[in-house]
Amino acid sequence: MNVTFTRTDELLSARLYGEIDHHTARDMRMLIDSEIEGTLPKSLILDFSGVQFMDSSGIGLILGRKRLVEALGGGLYIKNTKPHIRKIISLAGLDNLIISERSK
Amino acid sequence: MKYLNYFKMTIPALSRNESFARTAVSAFVSQLDPLVSQLSDIRASVSEAVTNCIVHAYDGKDEAGKITITAKINEDTAYIRIKDNGCGIEDIKQAMEPLFTTKPEEERTGLGFAVMESCADKVKVSSGKNKGTTVSLTFKIVKKEVL
Repeated sequence: MNVTFTRTDELLSARLYGEIDHHTARDMRMLIDSEIEGTLPKSLILDFSGVQFMDSSGIGLILGRKRLVEALGGGLYIKNTKPHIRKIISLAGLDNLIISERSK
Repeated sequence: MKYLNYFKMTIPALSRNESFARTAVSAFVSQLDPLVSQLSDIRASVSEAVTNCIVHAYDGKDEAGKITITAKINEDTAYIRIKDNGCGIEDIKQAMEPLFTTKPEEERTGLGFAVMESCADKVKVSSGKNKGTTVSLTFKIVKKEVL
């Protein structure tokens, strides 16, 4: 399983694992969307602590989920990004979504 | 120019090869002892270029499409070339503009070339309609500090 979920009240946390590229993003997208649609969270947190690699496909994954939770009246946040993942996120101008610099 | 080492491989344009391609190039360049952060840059750049071949050059359909990757190194530089025989790019300047994409519906962000340009020291794209595309990436190797 490359995504695991924890839910507390209206907060859904999706912990991503492995490498995010065009190949793996498709499965992650389906898993996360089905969880969002099933639980209708107020906030979605994408936890990158288990992610070893990400290219711009990860940006597509983030933006697509952001659009979905915002359409439901919620917000998306990112945490636990390693430096090379943060570099890609910064390049896309999404630093403002990062809520924690802690990396396990 | 005489190179210290080189390798060349041809792989089918399948998305499962994105991981293999970036890992293979990164393993090859590792013999120059680059900084870990630079290896991450190399992996990201190769991943973007190979994904472009799969998503755009062969439009995600032509499983017979081939991608040829060549890497050459000398003491302080890595030259990586990713070549396809797909549909080619008519307007390279437009394709390289950040956020320009022909496939927004597949959550493509138009950031592939922007990632390559921010990671590599030099990015060169040669292409033309129905002439395939060759992306050449140059990395000036930043060596790990010797402790």
